[in-house]
Amino acid sequence: MYSQERVYHPYVGPFDPCSPHTAKTYVLPPEVFLGFQPPTLAQFPPMEALRRGVLWPMLYSPYHGRGDRPEARDAE
Amino acid sequence: MWKYEKKLQYPVRVSRCDPYMAKLLLEQYGGADGELAAALRYLNQRYTIPPKVIGLLTDIGTEEFAHLEMIATMVYKLTKDATAEALRAAGLGDHYVNHGHALFYQNASGVPWTATYIQAKGDPIADLYEDIAAEEKARATYQWLIDMTDDVDLQDSLKFLREREVIHAQRFREAVEILKEDQEKKKFY
Repeated sequence: MYSQERVYHPYVGPFDPCSPHTAKTYVLPPEVFLGFQPPTLAQFPPMEALRRGVLWPMLYSPYHGRGDRPEARDAE
Repeated sequence: MWKYEKKLQYPVRVSRCDPYMAKLLLEQYGGADGELAAALRYLNQRYTIPPKVIGLLTDIGTEEFAHLEMIATMVYKLTKDATAEALRAAGLGDHYVNHGHALFYQNASGVPWTATYIQAKGDPIADLYEDIAAEEKARATYQWLIDMTDDVDLQDSLKFLREREVIHAQRFREAVEILKEDQEKKKFY
């Protein structure tokens, strides 16, 4: 699956009071691009679909927490 | 007319005693982009939307109440055994003074829910675009809530709810496409 996360690098000033985050991330979930859902998409098995909250892998959007929390990103 | 199933849409398990998280979760309970606002918004807009998408608003509005139940369950579990002192430490002292252990429709900052959070403009595109924005804002709120807890069980339920927002946004976008398509169709009678 393509990555749904995008990164940008905000300006960092020489006198910023807090240690800067050089990379900021945001999510571009699949519905932004899909348009009409095409018919006969691949499906998760029923139990997995119930757990994920979606029947079609194409519309699944994982979220592991923000990039500034590395321990959370290793969870899945 | 509704039929009620006496179970949650998705299991809610809370593994860590964290009354402060209950305060944060209230954003999705009685906040501007919360589940109550979503349910009331869609179930009211549906009367004046083209017939092709009425059912969609009914279905999604109904599901939002199922989500509201889940959030309520989380908040209740996180606060039901908290002492007044623990609630005070979690920033819920003012909540306790006004509501005791009861839940109330207010956001994470304690601002009570208001109908000004929702809109019904009677214009299908204006209303559906508001609905899409509401779903994306709710999705973002769930992301920030997931960021605010280390409880993997709570995160699990929140991830489910976040995915449902993704699907709802997709369906509202399709509803806009349906209304556009009707326009392009060359109908000859």
